[in-house]
Amino acid sequence: MMHALVQHLGVMRTVLHRIFSSQLGGFFNILVIGIALSLPAGMYLLLQNAQGLVEQLSGTPQISLFLSLDAKADDADKLRRLLAQHPAVSRVEFVSRADALEQLKHSTGLADVIGGLQQNPLPDAFIVYPKPVGAQALETLRNELAKMPRVDQAQLDSAWAYKLEAILKFGRVVALILAGMLSLALVAITFNTIRLQILTQSSEIEVSKLIGATNSFIRRPFLYFGATQGLLGGIMAWIIITFSLLLLNLQLKALAELYASHFVLHPLSWGDSLSLLLFSMYLGWLGAWLSVSRHLSQIEPR
Amino acid sequence: MIKFNQVNKRYPGGYQALKNVSFNIAEGEMVFLTGHSGAGKSTLLKLIAAIERPNSGIVLVNNQNVGVLKERALPYLRRNLGIIFQDHKLLFDRNVFDNVLLPLQICGFDHRESAKRVRAALDKVGLLKREKSNPIALSGGEQQRLCIARAIVNRPSILLADEPTGNLDAAYAQEIMAIFKSFHQVGATLLISTHDTSVLQDTRVRTIDLKNGELQAAPAPGDQSKS
Repeated sequence: MMHALVQHLGVMRTVLHRIFSSQLGGFFNILVIGIALSLPAGMYLLLQNAQGLVEQLSGTPQISLFLSLDAKADDADKLRRLLAQHPAVSRVEFVSRADALEQLKHSTGLADVIGGLQQNPLPDAFIVYPKPVGAQALETLRNELAKMPRVDQAQLDSAWAYKLEAILKFGRVVALILAGMLSLALVAITFNTIRLQILTQSSEIEVSKLIGATNSFIRRPFLYFGATQGLLGGIMAWIIITFSLLLLNLQLKALAELYASHFVLHPLSWGDSLSLLLFSMYLGWLGAWLSVSRHLSQIEPR
Repeated sequence: MIKFNQVNKRYPGGYQALKNVSFNIAEGEMVFLTGHSGAGKSTLLKLIAAIERPNSGIVLVNNQNVGVLKERALPYLRRNLGIIFQDHKLLFDRNVFDNVLLPLQICGFDHRESAKRVRAALDKVGLLKREKSNPIALSGGEQQRLCIARAIVNRPSILLADEPTGNLDAAYAQEIMAIFKSFHQVGATLLISTHDTSVLQDTRVRTIDLKNGELQAAPAPGDQSKS
């Protein structure tokens, strides 16, 4: 047991020496892997942040009901009672047409223009806060409310949020495809690196086979190399993502202040970081394994 | 220890390297394998290490039929053999010490024990002072001795040497032969191939003579009785 451990540590030392003694070559490999991984992982991170934003904004969906202009006060009263009894509605707020006009005057600075109007063009309105349900149920509720008496128009205020979510879903698929392709690229990079290593070390491999090395002994340093290179590439990707995020957040802070918001991009969580590292390590190992399986049998002592 | 029974080896392309070769080498014996180049000496040694497989006949090493040995079992056969290659097969990306260390790394010896054994092997061949050198800086004779050190560091019971004195001058060759004799004295089984019969003149050892892949010499005393 101790024996085996010492042997594995020895292999690891050789591998690290190989990576760091090749200096630029090894560094560039790691950089390429890091960039390849940081693209889909960074995209995933941005999507996740956008997702958080959408959830924040669409957390309390509202349905605005605009009554027809000829609706009377008791029509509104009737509707209010109807809405209050509806099982899917948690709260109702009434905005009279006079209030609405007043609000418009204050918030837009169009007081002069509005003052010149012959009559109030705005309808009475209800703001309906539904009980928390899914997007589909909200749409059904909106349709139902639109058919109520005297209701001219029902508008689901969070509709845009659902549209954004659909876009995010699309983005996630794009990220997934990107991740798949770049993972293949990573495997290919490792495959090739290991192939070159095997070629340059063919004499060592041949001699080792001649003096009694098992296949797993010969394979081991290459597999370790692939996994280590993958891991370092993953760390590189993590650094790229985290650093980019810092830069983006600097800009975003100024932007968010204009909107009086505290929105910041959240970095990769511990779990996601770990997944990224393990995944890149696995891909490196896989590339090495494929390469070793393919090329090692070609070096047979003669 | 090593037994050939009607062994034939034909290379792809039809070249018949060994024809119906049978012999027996007992444990602790030292045997010279002679013949002109192309006579099949290297092929015979390769069959023992299972680097090549016979087309017919049986090759027994330590009572194992190596001709049909599974790929997975080969490493353990070879760990029991010390092989001195005609072309040395030294690794020039590491120093003398690490070259000799390789077989021990393969077998998984721990660091301290390995270092001890490597130095002992280097001492035996007189290269202890060169352990930090790169093999490329060694003379032909020194490279040959380094190759011997690597072959013996694992203390194998069988030593195979392919033309160990091939391109060395007489003084060096005698030195190498003296090293081999010292292994013989401690009980190792040795099979040494050479085309240069001059090194045999002052030694009274058994020889197996090959000519065009066929066994020539009359067997030495005490050979055919064992099987």
